[in-house]
Amino acid sequence: MYEGVVQNLIDELGMLPGVGPKSAQRIAFHLLAAEPTDVKRLAHALLEVKEKVRFCRVCGNVAAEEECRICRDSRRDPHVICVVEEPKDVVAIEKTREFRGRYHVLGGAISPIDGVGPDDLRIRELMTRLADGRVTELILATDPNLEGEATATYLARLVKPMGLKVTRLASGLPVGGDLEYADEVTLGRAFEGRRLLDV
Amino acid sequence: MHVAHLSLTDFRSYDTVDLGLEPGVTAFVGPNGQGKTNLVEALGYVATQSSHRVATDAPLVRHGASRAIVRSVVVRDDRRALVELEINPGRANRARLNRSPMSRPRDVIGLLRTVLFAPEDLALVKGDPSERRRFLDDLLVARAPRFAGVRADYDRVLKQRGALLRTAAQARRGSRSGRRAENDAGFAAAGAGDVLSTLEVWDAHLARQGAELLAARLELVEALRPLVAAAYASLAPGSAPASLEYRGTLSTGGDGVSPEGVSPDDVPPAPGSTAGVSTAGGQATEEQPARGPVGESANGRDAGARSVMAEHGTAGRGTTARPAAAQGTAAHKAHPAADRDTQSAAGQSAHPAVGQDAHPAAGQSVVDRGAIEQALRAALLEVRSAELERGVTLVGPHRDDLFLGLGELPARGYASHGESWSFALALRLAAYELLRADGGDPVLILDDVFAELDTQRRRRLAEFVSSAEQVLITAAVPGDVPTELAGAWFDVAEGSVTRVR
Repeated sequence: MYEGVVQNLIDELGMLPGVGPKSAQRIAFHLLAAEPTDVKRLAHALLEVKEKVRFCRVCGNVAAEEECRICRDSRRDPHVICVVEEPKDVVAIEKTREFRGRYHVLGGAISPIDGVGPDDLRIRELMTRLADGRVTELILATDPNLEGEATATYLARLVKPMGLKVTRLASGLPVGGDLEYADEVTLGRAFEGRRLLDV
Repeated sequence: MHVAHLSLTDFRSYDTVDLGLEPGVTAFVGPNGQGKTNLVEALGYVATQSSHRVATDAPLVRHGASRAIVRSVVVRDDRRALVELEINPGRANRARLNRSPMSRPRDVIGLLRTVLFAPEDLALVKGDPSERRRFLDDLLVARAPRFAGVRADYDRVLKQRGALLRTAAQARRGSRSGRRAENDAGFAAAGAGDVLSTLEVWDAHLARQGAELLAARLELVEALRPLVAAAYASLAPGSAPASLEYRGTLSTGGDGVSPEGVSPDDVPPAPGSTAGVSTAGGQATEEQPARGPVGESANGRDAGARSVMAEHGTAGRGTTARPAAAQGTAAHKAHPAADRDTQSAAGQSAHPAVGQDAHPAAGQSVVDRGAIEQALRAALLEVRSAELERGVTLVGPHRDDLFLGLGELPARGYASHGESWSFALALRLAAYELLRADGGDPVLILDDVFAELDTQRRRRLAEFVSSAEQVLITAAVPGDVPTELAGAWFDVAEGSVTRVR
């Protein structure tokens, strides 16, 4: 154990994701040795992010204002909503420049082990958005793992009575990869989701 | 296939050891506690990336070392593959194949296939159902590595669903303050209604993964049955015939009263349960009239089943003539209704969707995964209130058992020590035969097995294994290696291995 303040810092750092006690200690001593201006800049950035950044009241993405950049963009197609788990998934999809619709960030996936149920996700907000009937397609882009699949199934069942088109991102082979390197599950999924080749 | 070279660094008791091996028989002989089993354990690790002795990797690393390395040269059809594994307890293992690193260590699983006989195998016969489930699932993975994923997914669904059920059970108890809730409406009103809607989702996933696992296990048991019977008959001639039967929770109703493995045999099947189940259960009784699950109560069950046959005999026989798929569907449709009447009374363990012990006229049983999936979902609905009460998943392959029978009696509890050993060996030999038929002789490892057998069984086993491409034997005393199995000979003492012959 170190002197009170140092130990406090180590404990706080240790609570960050991916930071174990050893790393926390290393970061703490790095900060102790760093220039005061550098540390102030870090502290300022931390405070600023908490003060200025908030979550878009429409889609739940990170935003600097009431609504995020995408929700404010009138050129985005309001008829298609892509449902993702986290804001970082929005960034990943945006990079493709393929999708011109809007997003809805759930803030996670259903996982009883972690105590996350439908009420802990932004599902009610999604239902409100769908209520006016303007949306014609809902793309479920949750992670292709068990929890993501469960969340997608849950949502699909929930919105079924609304009669809109519900799609799920395809799972399959990575582009530019070799077939032989694909694992059995991925290859199996790719077989399941094979499509007719139009020539 | 055979292993041409094995070298260990910081594995178990070994600092370093380097062995050249050949096809044929190789014996490792030395007093207990000198490291014989560690050698074969290392080979088993190359094959499955898990140990047959411990569940975690930490004990595999020599005390004081941070990681262990297992290198082996596997020769298959004259092609050599160098498989190197670095075992890092608590962190990801690393694997190299022919000196090039693999991104996923599990990709080298299956390059070496082994069948290991060890003293622990006695638990297959005498131990809990979990031992036999593991035997089946390990064999599934050895035959098709894809099942490692199926198994992991199923376990994950089970955990998630279990967590949900526990939350629900707690909410229920809390809201009722001790009084047992009887209807779900009251439960929903108590504010936990969304648990049920999420539960549906997990049910679907559990049924899908569970059906895949269950279907594969049922097919495997069908494939094993004649092999086990033959192997047992040759190991223990004159003993009662050995039989296998997959006992599923699916059609026993999972009523939540009987603990796993104990079927309510003393309750005769109610007439309502017959339409679907009699095709499977009834036939089994007809063909093997004496095979009952538990001693005396077996008679009661048989009588019950026979009366069922008498009542519904025509219907049952009519069904067998139909294609197996149709039979499965019919059985499953009948199942929910039937089960409602007999929540705790369905004594049959045979699967409704599968023609187990199928009538010869119906041909070999065909396992219909879709039908099993639907049957699982229906069964989950049946036991839902009991599950919400207890907070555990009551139906599914995780609660099933592989019943081992010797003549009229179950092997567990009734077989002698020698018979139990022979049965365990027969299971392993059947696994060996099955893997061999898939292509390529697996390496056969007999860890301290002969000491447990009498002269006759020893000779039989020696005959059985002498045809294998490579056999590795460990024994504490030279006399425990049968003379029929003469070959290379290593002395193992104090962590060193020396070739003598």
